[in-house]
Amino acid sequence: MSLDGQVPGGPIDSKWESHKAHMSLVNPANRRKYNIIVVGTGLAGASAAATLGEAGYNVTALTILDSPRRSHSIAAQGGINAAKNYKNDGDSVYRLFYDTVKGGDYRAREANVHRLAEVSVDIIDQCVAQGVPFAREYGGLLDTRSFGGAQVSRTFYSRGQTGQQLLIGAYQAMMRQVDAGTVKILARREMLDLVLVGGHARGIIARNLVTGALERYAGDAVLLATGGYGNVYFLSTNAGNCNVTATWRCARRGAYFANPSFAQVHPTCIPETGDYQAKLTLMSESLRNDGRVWVPKSSGDHRSPDQIPDGERDYFLERKYPSFGNLVPRDVASRNAKSVCDEGRGVGSTGRAVYLDFRDAIQRLGHDKVAEKYGNLFDMYKHISNEDPYQVPMRIYPAVHYTMGGLWVDYHLMSNVPGLFVLGEANFSDHGANRLGASALMQGLADGYFVVPYTLANYLANTQLGAVKQDGDDFRATEQVVSERIANLLKVNGKKTVLEFHRELGRVMWDHVGMARNRKGLEGALASVKKLREEFQQNVKVIGKADDMNKALEFGLRVADYMEFSEIMVRDALDREESCGCHFREEYQTPDGECQRNDEKYSYVAAWEYTGPGKEPILHKEQLKFEAAAVKQRSYK
Amino acid sequence: MSETRNFKLRVWRQANAAATGKFVEYDAKGISPDASFLEMLDLVNDELIKRGEDPIAFDSDCREGICGSCSCVVDGVPHGTEPAITTCQLYMRNFHDGATVTVEPFRAKAFPVLKDLVVDRSAFDRIIAAGGYVSVGTGSAPEANEMPVPKDDAEAAFEAAACIGCGACVAACKNASASLFVGAKLEHMARLPQGQAERYRRVARMVAQMEAEGFGACSNEAECQAVCPKEIPTSVIQRMNRDYLKTWLKTI
Repeated sequence: MSLDGQVPGGPIDSKWESHKAHMSLVNPANRRKYNIIVVGTGLAGASAAATLGEAGYNVTALTILDSPRRSHSIAAQGGINAAKNYKNDGDSVYRLFYDTVKGGDYRAREANVHRLAEVSVDIIDQCVAQGVPFAREYGGLLDTRSFGGAQVSRTFYSRGQTGQQLLIGAYQAMMRQVDAGTVKILARREMLDLVLVGGHARGIIARNLVTGALERYAGDAVLLATGGYGNVYFLSTNAGNCNVTATWRCARRGAYFANPSFAQVHPTCIPETGDYQAKLTLMSESLRNDGRVWVPKSSGDHRSPDQIPDGERDYFLERKYPSFGNLVPRDVASRNAKSVCDEGRGVGSTGRAVYLDFRDAIQRLGHDKVAEKYGNLFDMYKHISNEDPYQVPMRIYPAVHYTMGGLWVDYHLMSNVPGLFVLGEANFSDHGANRLGASALMQGLADGYFVVPYTLANYLANTQLGAVKQDGDDFRATEQVVSERIANLLKVNGKKTVLEFHRELGRVMWDHVGMARNRKGLEGALASVKKLREEFQQNVKVIGKADDMNKALEFGLRVADYMEFSEIMVRDALDREESCGCHFREEYQTPDGECQRNDEKYSYVAAWEYTGPGKEPILHKEQLKFEAAAVKQRSYK
Repeated sequence: MSETRNFKLRVWRQANAAATGKFVEYDAKGISPDASFLEMLDLVNDELIKRGEDPIAFDSDCREGICGSCSCVVDGVPHGTEPAITTCQLYMRNFHDGATVTVEPFRAKAFPVLKDLVVDRSAFDRIIAAGGYVSVGTGSAPEANEMPVPKDDAEAAFEAAACIGCGACVAACKNASASLFVGAKLEHMARLPQGQAERYRRVARMVAQMEAEGFGACSNEAECQAVCPKEIPTSVIQRMNRDYLKTWLKTI
């Protein structure tokens, strides 16, 4: 079955403006009558809650953490893109749009990306007005830097803590609405199910993580801003509480999951060192502005880096991609790091790392300038690795970082379930098969500040929504499902812990659904995840009570969902018999080892419909058409 | 990587907010010095689960020192004895083999313990809701470069805005004062032109909320600055006091 993205007509550069002018509105006096549930308070959720609160809606915002200010957007380091063209280097809305579509390897929805580029400039204005302390030049105007996949300098930043500063801006805007009485924050709440009434999303069941009580929240629309599912790989740069549960539970209620196999591997992370590790730490891509990536020319060269002369170093990104050099997009940089390590030229004790060297930058700019630009990143690296990057090159290796896949949404950011809107990383729409650096912050804030406030009003104004009660049958029945699920998990009392299962699942996913994939490996992974899921159901050990603060239970429920969800990731990777962006199928590559897309057959969004436990999901396709960005083979040479 | 270390942990266990807590001893065996402190706790917890014992509850999320979730007092010091880091950035290489390590929650009247090492810091959110923002609605912002901000002011604002809201400052203060946290937000706003319009209203309301939440007065001992993972200086408290005084003088 084919899906319709509901993209409005007209030329690409006026679609959004003219659509905004024609969408229905909700009268200011009527807005307070609508209850809007926002799940997740990262950039997308907090900016949406703030803006809807300002408009006068009655908003309830839930966060899994103890404070909305801690959401994982806070960890984004490098920056946020905007087509301001302050550097007079040829940037424009069109160029940001084009770079993003090309960077996503032509697997994003063109109209969404153009809208994103259009509102990017408003985001910077908004954040500056909120008091976000962006980096500035001596003249007092905003500074920018370059990021991967772009030849202009359009990335605004606050040292290496841009996500933190933008999130605090959005959080404060939301807290202002708490002050005004339009937004209510519920912290330490985890959404465990979606409540449908008459086919519309009308509420959620959440678990109070302090008391363990199941709570019902009813509303007129549900906005999911629950982030990505990178932790399906166990080791990733995601925070410990990031999970797929909210989106997967919606998928089980009928929302389609789009492009689940599109998971970004970030090239500049601190390499893995041992089994005890709970997560991997990312070093901002901005480091590639001045750091040079290299490995020894010959395999088995174990000399310390300062003993290897330039002539015996292979600056492989600069060699292979002279125009973009170290600033090639993430998927390209990651794959190349993997392949030099596969050749036996990797460095460090495990041989699974490459150097990111600042020697030349320190010589050119001086220690102080480098410290000003990257000081906190260098400190972070030193804390973790116990090595000083001012003296010794950093060792980096790719790690899972971001998931482009997510719940399918139309142009209005509404899923196929009416009333269920999905924002930020939780949806699939803007980054295609590979996200460019500094685009995630842009998308989260675009969705929350500037898109969903319009499209939600249009939905509410055009939909007859009857009153719903939290004690109604639909809520009771859904809560019953959740409570049985919890009881069943606590009942298993097997031998293996959730952590052990999660680690095993992660290993299967990383080995076969990671940076390089092939049919044989994927078919093996499909069998492995099914087997692991069955074993989990019979042999997992989750202890403690349901009606208590029980972190073991929280993680148990999340890993149980990963066990189900991983299967559609594998199926999606199997279905897509081409290579594009992050999805590198070894069978489909150009003679020089780059992605070989198959636009004739696979220029579609793969949206998967869940059909029941153990049953094959149904694939729905949204055909992608490119009118404004000419489709071509991606080249960064 | 073959070298591992053993530790004896004394951990605060408390079933819930109403219960009486106590220290319980655990062994952490075969720990890599490259493991982080919280990874060590993960391993201890996994052993506890296997034995059918309730694992140690602690808050943690990003594990890279930016979210502010972790809230442990390690060997008597919030976030441990290493300077300028959070608990999650503490590595076991900093503890010698055989060491006894004491782990407690942040303690303050305004941060009630919920379970074990988990505390309720929602008072900080309520302080921010009492004016820790610029009142600018979405869509009403002027062009970003219309108002230049001197680089030094932007940098100073950033350094104050780097506060992660972890609450170590409160836990370190004998009066359990939130002055460093509140001062940091006021400094962030006061250094920027965008923060001027509401500057004095903000300080009055945030200070009132801080007092209402049960935080004490500044002890002037600067213990907060010493434990702050982002090294926010006590000069932000001086600005808070100056601005508060000006606000108060206006009322008489």
